[in-house]
Amino acid sequence: MAADIRKLIVILDETRKEMGREVKPPTRRAVAIAVIANPFAGRYAEKLDDLTDIGDELGATLGRACVQALGIRPAQAESYGKAAIVGEAGELEHAAAILHPELGASLRKAVEKGAALVPSAKKMGGPGTPIDVPLGHKDAAFVRSHFDAIEARVSDAPRANEIVVAVAVTDSGRPLARVGGLQKHEIKGEDGLR
Amino acid sequence: MIDVRRTLIQVETIHHEFGPPPAKPQRRGAILSVIANPYAGRYEPDILPMMEALNPLGVEMARRLVEAIGVPPEGIEGYGKGAIVGSAGELEHGALWHVPGGYGMREVLGWKNGKAGGNAKAIVPSTKKVGGPGARLDVPVTHINASYVRSHFDAIEVGVPGHPRADEMVVVLVMTTGPRVHERVGGLRASDVKGEDGLR
Repeated sequence: MAADIRKLIVILDETRKEMGREVKPPTRRAVAIAVIANPFAGRYAEKLDDLTDIGDELGATLGRACVQALGIRPAQAESYGKAAIVGEAGELEHAAAILHPELGASLRKAVEKGAALVPSAKKMGGPGTPIDVPLGHKDAAFVRSHFDAIEARVSDAPRANEIVVAVAVTDSGRPLARVGGLQKHEIKGEDGLR
Repeated sequence: MIDVRRTLIQVETIHHEFGPPPAKPQRRGAILSVIANPYAGRYEPDILPMMEALNPLGVEMARRLVEAIGVPPEGIEGYGKGAIVGSAGELEHGALWHVPGGYGMREVLGWKNGKAGGNAKAIVPSTKKVGGPGARLDVPVTHINASYVRSHFDAIEVGVPGHPRADEMVVVLVMTTGPRVHERVGGLRASDVKGEDGLR
């Protein structure tokens, strides 16, 4: 089942200075958000495959939109994350059906490689509910400089029968990251962890 | 004088709002720049130097916004502007954005060779407030050539998580490519605009 997308929002966030210091190059983060109809709003459905198909579609659509907004080649993406907000006529499991079975695989195609788990968040909410999309390095989850989160919200969604789905991609870690740990140039990128 | 710390660009593509989808989806975009407020924490009688200094930022923001929306300048039909002043500043500092914000958009959308004559004849609607980090602002939108075009009255909610800090300001420009997605409350049509006085 194809997603009925009411709105698509892409946000590019570029930090040039932090605490009076230049951030060179600027850290750049993108989050792409789709507002979609929830085909299971208002009823219990045992099989949620339609939402899983939608997740597959949106991993590609939203992942590509982020890469395009960043103006990078897919391989230059450094971290990623995903999240969903389910409108009140749905259930939390609907977010799980979108986010977990397929979305990660199509997102990984959009950013190339992606050995690491895609960190995620989900919640129920109404119009304007914000969600903090967690971010982690795409090839090695332990890269400490890339643990981050980016806020996503849509002022008029989700309505009761809708779901807000967000995918975030960056080409950088936190500005002025300096709390040690595994560095991005040290990663092996084989097991998704280090 | 102008110290840009962070930029946030947001582009929304609206396919429908539960009614018949228009042939061309509506696009609405916003660009927000987080800048240092050089007057934070004190009363400065003469703040006009900053207004002049903001002109290049207004032009740069307008250009980046049109590019992000992905249409030529002629494809922009609505606009608006706003400012959020951090808590160590005053509302009047936000008022510094009126001229350079409008100037930047006219430079990109309307003027030809430095002269008025093209698009962007209408006053740019605006709003401003003092707010803390993450404060949201509903930026009003009206038609670029005639303020009374009813189909284009709109507003876009914006904000930057974590900003403005006390010594910062967030300055905002917004643009749209068309009317509200299912506009149907009548009034002056965009196609009937005379475009002489910026109102009708």
